[in-house]
Amino acid sequence: MSTAHTFDAAGPAALKPQRRRSRVWGKLRTRPSALFGGALVVVFVLLAIFAPVLPIPGYSATDWAAIRQAPSLEYPLGTDHNGRDLLSRMIWGAQASLFAGVVSVVIAVCVGVPLGVMAGWRGGWTDATISRITEALLAVPFLILAIAFAAFLGPSLTNAMIAIGLSATPVFIRLARGQTLAVKTEDYVESARAAGVGQLPTLWRYILPNIAPPIIVQATLTVATAIIAEASLSFLGLGQQPPAPSWGAMLNNAKNFMEQAPWMAIWPGAAIFLVVLGFNLLGDGLRDALDPRET
Amino acid sequence: MLSFIGRRLLIAIPTIFVISVFVFLLQKMLPGDPVLALAGEERDPETLAALRDLYRLNDPLLVQYAHWVGNALRGDLGISLRTNQPVTDLMLAKLPVTFQLAVMALIFAVGIGIPMGILSAVRKGTWLDYIANFVALSGLSIPNFWLGILLILLVSVNLGWLPASGYMAFSVDPVRSIETMLMPAFVLGTALAAALMRHTRSAMLTVLKSDYVRTARAKGLRERIVILKHALRNALVPVVTVSALLFGELLAGAVLTEQIFSIPGFGKLIVDAVFNRDYAVVQGVVLVTSIGFIFMNILADTLYIVLNPRLRYTS
Repeated sequence: MSTAHTFDAAGPAALKPQRRRSRVWGKLRTRPSALFGGALVVVFVLLAIFAPVLPIPGYSATDWAAIRQAPSLEYPLGTDHNGRDLLSRMIWGAQASLFAGVVSVVIAVCVGVPLGVMAGWRGGWTDATISRITEALLAVPFLILAIAFAAFLGPSLTNAMIAIGLSATPVFIRLARGQTLAVKTEDYVESARAAGVGQLPTLWRYILPNIAPPIIVQATLTVATAIIAEASLSFLGLGQQPPAPSWGAMLNNAKNFMEQAPWMAIWPGAAIFLVVLGFNLLGDGLRDALDPRET
Repeated sequence: MLSFIGRRLLIAIPTIFVISVFVFLLQKMLPGDPVLALAGEERDPETLAALRDLYRLNDPLLVQYAHWVGNALRGDLGISLRTNQPVTDLMLAKLPVTFQLAVMALIFAVGIGIPMGILSAVRKGTWLDYIANFVALSGLSIPNFWLGILLILLVSVNLGWLPASGYMAFSVDPVRSIETMLMPAFVLGTALAAALMRHTRSAMLTVLKSDYVRTARAKGLRERIVILKHALRNALVPVVTVSALLFGELLAGAVLTEQIFSIPGFGKLIVDAVFNRDYAVVQGVVLVTSIGFIFMNILADTLYIVLNPRLRYTS
């Protein structure tokens, strides 16, 4: 990014990244809901990162004397049907959920953005072919597509991430294509091409940095969708496999003990809700902050 | 209007073609020999060869695809490995169940989302607006399978008001059918209500700033009339089309809702098929859901034209 705007012809749309960052932060600071969302995300990320060093029992450590025990001083969130500490499984589950959410979006961005940029930049048959395939994949409901991929790839967290990533790809193709079509007619891009800058450097220096803001917003919102999708697949038994913890799989177990141990169902769902809410609030805030029409 | 619908249907053909290729190739991605899965314990080479011939697995891929599409166009989506029944029959039996669930969810969503959106727009910047926005965002963030579990805990286990699971066909006992579907429909409709609230709020805010609303107010009309008769009528145009679009999403959302409430619908069919490695059923459900989704898109576009007279002349 540091070499992103070295060409003199760069117009107002090509703001220096540092200026853009401080402008975005300035706007974001005035939105309490976005800050609250960001704080929620940071808390869960820190829990996920520091899970191995926190003073909690291992996620599969079993206390057979404490099966389905209600929250207590010893077990602040209670235990599950195998006598495992729910707090520990919740914290380790955060790692699986956040990792799945982020990796899925990275897959979707890495596949979708280059394809979208190529379609928008080259036009013609390339655009027509990519667009038709994208439209077709967009016509398959997201979860059904993820279930179909996961079904054929086999149940595991890695396959769930691939399935969710591939299912989210069409959205990024469409977004990157539309943005590229809009940006490629800008004066600074025309000037760069007239000055003899090659295709790849033009794409790298002038197109990608200028289509980035809406992609960042979409990526933030898609992390939220991907976390719910991972939880859904794990809930159905198509994601994280036991004994490794995942919030969705924990809810799947919990539904069999709703009368005897309702706390088993409350915490994992609350965690999914809070982290997804965090990403949605942050995404909404970023969208407003990155929108040039907002003052 | 007919030519508009005709054009949209024509545009849908290549999309459906790509989906059919994708669904066909999904099965080809499977690791291992599909014939071994079909034969089960039987490993006799002659039986395996016969099965290979029966399912045309020796044919080139293109011929196999043409054969599969030909059958699909005649309504033959193959035979379920688990039940030995035609996939089409299985889906036709489950479709009314999911359709009833989706319609009831839509009623909930419209009944909650649109009034909340109107109130939020009319009271913009007040606490009511903030609360409505927060509730809507929460509705979009809450995993519907968790909401389902919480409702079962509260309404069925603790209060005993509604059954926790099960299904009764509407044609057999309408009252019991609606009773068993109330909670699942509410759960399924929550995210849709949240989305509708946000769309209604945004559309109402745009309309409330327009000249004709200002004129209506300047004429001295009561605020209630201005909002309900002048503003809402126009704001609802995009909302109605979004509802049609989101109805397709409900079919996908039903997968989890049906799983929690043990409703024998379309969603449960695909999940059971996945675990039984009944790939013909998975293919069938993906194909039919996607085509249904495309037709809901066309319906949404058509409704937009029907409801918006300005577009009727340019379409």
